[in-house]
Formats: sequence, C-alpha cells, structure tokens
Amino acid sequence: MATPVLDKVEAESAASPYITVTMRIRRFNPEVSDAVVWEDFQIEIDPKERVLDALHKIKWDVDGTLTFRRSCAHGICGSDAMRINGKNRLACKTLIKDINPEKPITVEAIKGLTVLKDLVVDMEPFFQAYRDVMPFLVTKGNEPTRERLQTAEDRERFDDTTKCILCAACTSSCPVFWNDGQYFGPAAIVNAHRFIFDSRDEAGEQRLEILNDKDGVWRCRTTFNCTDACPRGIEVTKAIQEVKRALITRRF
Amino acid sequence: MKIHKYDTVIVGAGGAGMRAAIESTKRSRTAVLTKLYPTRSHTGAAQGGMAAALANVEEDNWEWHTFDTVKGGDYLVDQDAAEILAKEAIDAVLDLEKMGLPFNRTPNGTIDQRRFGGHSRNHGEAPVRRSCYAADRTGHMILQTLYQNCVKEGVEFFNEFYVLDQLITEIDGVKHSAGVVAYELATGEIHIFQAKAVIYASGGTGKFFKVTSNAHTLTGDGQAACYRRGLPLEDMEFFQFHPTGIWRMGILLTEGARGEGGILRNKDGERFMEKYAPVMKDLASRDVVSRSIYTEIREGRGCGPEGDHVYLDLTHLPPEQLDAKLPDITEFARTYLGIEPYTDPIPIQPTAHYAMGGIPTNVEGEVLSDNTTVVPGLYAAGEVACVSVHGANRLGTNSLLDINVFGKRSGIAAAEYSAKNDYVELPENPESLVVATIEKLRNSTGHERVADIRRELQETMDANVMVFRTEQTIKTAVEKIAELRERYENVSIQDKGKRFNTDLLEAIELGNLLELAEVMAVSALARKESRGGHYREDYPNRDDVNFMRHTMAYREVGEDGSETVRLDYKPVVQTRYQPMERKY
Repeated sequence: MATPVLDKVEAESAASPYITVTMRIRRFNPEVSDAVVWEDFQIEIDPKERVLDALHKIKWDVDGTLTFRRSCAHGICGSDAMRINGKNRLACKTLIKDINPEKPITVEAIKGLTVLKDLVVDMEPFFQAYRDVMPFLVTKGNEPTRERLQTAEDRERFDDTTKCILCAACTSSCPVFWNDGQYFGPAAIVNAHRFIFDSRDEAGEQRLEILNDKDGVWRCRTTFNCTDACPRGIEVTKAIQEVKRALITRRF
Repeated sequence: MKIHKYDTVIVGAGGAGMRAAIESTKRSRTAVLTKLYPTRSHTGAAQGGMAAALANVEEDNWEWHTFDTVKGGDYLVDQDAAEILAKEAIDAVLDLEKMGLPFNRTPNGTIDQRRFGGHSRNHGEAPVRRSCYAADRTGHMILQTLYQNCVKEGVEFFNEFYVLDQLITEIDGVKHSAGVVAYELATGEIHIFQAKAVIYASGGTGKFFKVTSNAHTLTGDGQAACYRRGLPLEDMEFFQFHPTGIWRMGILLTEGARGEGGILRNKDGERFMEKYAPVMKDLASRDVVSRSIYTEIREGRGCGPEGDHVYLDLTHLPPEQLDAKLPDITEFARTYLGIEPYTDPIPIQPTAHYAMGGIPTNVEGEVLSDNTTVVPGLYAAGEVACVSVHGANRLGTNSLLDINVFGKRSGIAAAEYSAKNDYVELPENPESLVVATIEKLRNSTGHERVADIRRELQETMDANVMVFRTEQTIKTAVEKIAELRERYENVSIQDKGKRFNTDLLEAIELGNLLELAEVMAVSALARKESRGGHYREDYPNRDDVNFMRHTMAYREVGEDGSETVRLDYKPVVQTRYQPMERKY
C-alpha cells in the first residue's frame, strides 16, 4: 500500500467514461466566405455517445455557427445523414466508439447535392426524384367498404423497402449520382419498388416505364455503396436488381 | 418581407398537419408550413399502433374503446370527443389502408391487431387486441403514407419555414385569425401568410424535459404563438411519462413490446406489475406503470449499480417473433446499449413522452379563446391541441388515432370555413413582434448561453415536475423557471447571419419552452389532487369535488410589463360514464 493515493486516482480515471476526441468538420458558409475549410474541434465525450452528441457539444458549448439538420436523434426521421470518416451514415446512429476515435473523426456533408452551409445540403433534387416515381398507391375501380385484403406473404414481399426514411444516405453514396445528378438514384427506385411489388397497386407498369428512362434504373452499376450506406438495413441494390428484372420479364 | 395569400394555412407537417392537408387541399388553396421537411416529424417515431375497434381478431366495439379512453384519462376526458374518436377510428384506419398503408395482416388478409396498455374487453375484463400496426414502425408508415398522398394530391409545402407568430385581429371584440408570420430558415427572410383559416398541427413540448422520447424540435412553437396572443392553454399540467424509455437516453421502446408479451422486472427478477395492476399487469395505463417503476426504484428494487432503472424482459419471446413484430426497438437496444434482446433484458426508465394539454379546441378543431367562444378561422389538431380526448392520461395508440381523426376533421372544417368567409384585415405592422424578437437575439451582447439555460430548465423539470410532484418540488421549479426567464433576457447567439441560422432558431425555441414550462408548473401547483399523469404526493387521491375540471391558463401582462399566468377552469363534458375509481 505504498501508493494508495495514486491507486485511487488511477481507479477514478479508469472509471471516467470520457475521452478526448478530435472532430474534423468541413465548414462552408457562403455568407462569410466562398472557401471551404476543415476545422478541428477537441471535445470530451463518452465514447458510447453518438456523433450527433459530439456535434451538439460543439454547437452548444464552443461554436454556435456550426450548422446541421437533426430532429429525432434515434435514426427514424432521416434528417442527419452525413459523411463520417468517408462513409455515409446517420450522425444519431453512429457511436463514437465504433469509428476509431483515436484518430480525428471527419464529418462532411453528403455528396452529390449542393452544400448550402456546413453540413446542410439542398434536398430538393432528391425529393424531386422521389416525387417523379409516383410514390403513392394507385388503384382502379370502386373502393371496397372495408380494407383491401392482402395475404401476409404479399405484405412481406415489399416489407424491406417500406423501411425507407428518405435520408438520402444511399443516393448520395452512389458514384453514378455524383457524376450525373439526373440519375433518379437508389432512394427513388426503392420507393418505386415499394409500390411495384405491393399486390394492391395497379400502376406498376407506369412506374417501370418511368424507370426505363435513360436516367432510370439501368444507370445502376451495382457497386453496393447504397446497401452499405442504408441506416435502415434495406437491401437497396437487391431492390434495384428486382426492378431491373421486372422490367425485362414484366412480371412483378 | 414577402406577403402570401392562401385560403388555408397549416402549421406543421406531421401526421395531423398532413392528414388535414389532404382534406383541405381538395377543397381550398392550401399552404403547409413546416420548420422541418414533411417526413421528419415525430409522428414517425411512434411505434406500436393505432387503436380502432375493427374486431378483426376478437370481439370488440367502439363503445368499449370509448370507455377505455375515458377511464384511461382518469375521467378528465370530454366524453363527447372520446366517443367521436372511438367511432371514427374505424374509418380512420380504413382510410389509411386505402391510401396504401402496409398494415400487418391476419392469416385471412385483414388488418392484424394486437394488445396495448389500457385497452380492454367489456369495460376492463381483460386486454383486447385493438391496436392496428405495421411492425413497430406504425408512426413511420403513417407519416410516409400521408406524405405519399400529399404528393398525390399536389399539396403545396413551404419546407423549413418556422412560424413565429399568430396574427389576431379583433372584430367587434371577438378575436379572429388573420394569418401567421414565418421565418424562412434558408434565407432569414420574414414571410406574412394571410389566410382565411389557419390550422396548428405543430406537435408537443417534450423538450423541456431532459429524459424524453421527443425529438429536439418539439419545442411547443404553436402553443407559444397562440398563448402570447392571449389565447388560453388547457390542462398543461398533464404530461405523459412513458414507462419504457431506454435508460438515460429516453428513446422510446414501444408498449407493443409488452403487448407482444414482454415483462417488466425489478432487480430480483420479480414481475412487479402483478402487485400494482393484478388484471392488466404490464399493460396497465402508462401513468400507473411509470409510477410503479419509480416506486420499485425508490424502495431499493431498481437495477444496476445505482439502482436507477428496471428491466424490460423480452428474452422469453421467440427471436422470430421479435424480428417480425419488434425489429426497430430490438435494433435500438443493440445500437445504443450494445445489448442483445434475445438473451438479455433491456434497462429502461420512464421518459417524458406526450403533452395531454394544449390549445383548447372543440370537436371540429375550432380553437377557443375562453371556455366557449370560438376564434373564427383558427383550428388546431394533434398533440398541439387539447380536444380533450386524452384527459389526464392518454392511452397508447390513441395519439396516432387522434391525429388522423381530428386532423381530418379540422382540415375539412377549415377549408369549409375559408370557402364561406373572406380574409380578415391584417393587424398593423404584422411582422413587428417577430422582427423585434429576432433583432433582439441577433444584437444581444449578453453573456447567457442558450445551451446552459436549456440544460438547467431540463434538469429542474426532470427533478421537480416529473412522475412524482409535491407543493415543494413544483414551487422549486416555478422559482427556477422564473430565474431562467430572467437570464434568458441576456441570452446571446454566436451566429449573426441570415443563412440557415439554427443558432437563432434554438434561442427562439428555448424562449417558447421557458414560457410553456412556466404554464405547466403553475397549472400543476394549483391542481391539489392526483389524476392520471399528474401525481401529487401531498394530495395522492383524485378529488372530483374540486378538480373534475379542465385548467385554462392565460397570459396576463401587467402595466409594468410583468408577465403572469392566470388560471381559470372549464367543466368536463360527461355523457355516459360516471367517474369511478380507476383500477387495472
């Protein structure tokens, strides 16, 4: 018991969950300057916290001008897709401990959409592509008085693509979309898939024709970036392949 | 400054706002203003389901649902409104199905239903399967389906437009709605929306608590805009604490987990809800379960080194059932806690979840300026409103129902109103209050920070007006809030720009939270009884003689500019059901 005090200090420091992390953030504010700069912030954080918590610590306690979108903070509203250590993720679903906090953590806006300020991009082209695929149920004839019937199997057929939260992580991870903003992009195709394979829907042919366009589904190069990026675990590339197959066989 | 003219303006694009928009766009020129994007609203975080007595899997009827709603609300529910809610629930679910909502299905292809807290067969005999659901993302599917149908109907959205003021013009002594003032986040520009009818559907106020299931953006903007213009707020002391939030984080884990068979356990592994609610057990109403959890914790039977939580145990359920029925919440446990719910129980604690109170309306969604007078042209629906179908405690699955039933009703009523009425003249300098608020914050050189004041507000609310309250704790909160409001006068922001100034936005939101926290605490202090979500340890019983009435809170400004909350009361509408003792 020669160094009881030291032991105690060590025990305390071992119990403290906080570590120091460098957040390296790509800043841009055309109101101030046209230049893009990378800025480092050192913060104390529990590694079990989220990247969103780290951004909040900076915004709330260090630099109020840091700008990003967020709302629910648990991966359901789709506001905070960003490029973290070079990969598209939701800041609220990414824990610090899982992204190598010993090195600076880079955070930048998602690619392929115009950056408006810091991590905020113009979402309008993304939502336009979504609206273009007729993302709503189309039926013919008289409505039944009760619900339309659907077997559990038919319901399961499009279950995966109903999980989409329109965060744009997939679309903005796609090299084809980066090079040519005209491509509908994975998210729009996912939402077309959700209706094409819904047994209640009667506009599958129309949607397939929309996606048969030169900027449609054939632009996909099957790089699987979208599947890797999806925070909801949707098999995006598989969904795109199913739409391609449906275009060839006209069976869905 | 830009001036726009629309027949109908809807503030908020969550479930209630978009359900209203689908109706009003068909009938009138409508604009939807949202401070987010339409699919970002917190409706999307709702998980477990939407109640309707479809009787698809077992005997059920809307009268039982009405009774459960009234009893669940500890008899503070307006029973005429609850009856409408339960009756129209059936069509509300069928409407959504026809719009494309992918509900889970029964083996014969109809909409599947599951159990939920407080919903019972034949007036409390046993739990009933009434909740219509889509896995554990029912709110997500409702939000997506409503947005899809807004796209179909060509609804006009103004995204990232933050409504900061409600314009009121008095005609012959009666307050009329003239429109709203909005701040465009992208540019910092101020917009006046003159409208024949305005519908508030801007959600709740949960962010004045620290441990909450609510989104960062739920800051009571609609309530504050109306309150500041002299309109009352009803029953603000009633706030729901959902039993199962992820420990320390507050992220919601649906009651559907218990509906599927999940069990709450204390540190001894005991199924403690059997003691508190012998019939409904883990599926008693939320206020009862949250109090039981905190009783276990206070009496030393909490889990973990600090004994500050209990467990939600799903380990006895087959993994296939969890994957099929509860995929999102099991994923949350893995992501945020590193826990595998197949094999390990999930640490939970009650989390601030839902405001039962809000802007008072009648069953058509018309806003009231006192106990009976309607404000012509002004409507509210969803969590921002108080109809009151939730009374002192909302039943699970009744909020997704509320937004659909009263969203639709207010959308139709507002559009019909704008078809029959002309514009009301705007008040002079309609932008003045908003300009003053923004300029004050932008030019302030004070030394107070938004984040500090918000943190202290949230801590005092959690400590003093959460599940258990006393005269002492509420008074502590009232004093602390007054201090914080004073300090807020010296708050300054770092971002002085016009482009996407979320620093400014958060400062304004904090102002709203402080104002509403004060209303809540003052209302709670005056209610010397325990009822539903409002539990006073110094008055542990319900007092129907003195408090079977709704609280109506008004903002009063003295000649010296000082601000106080004046309380008044409104009778509860009782039709079929006499108040009884509430047992589960």
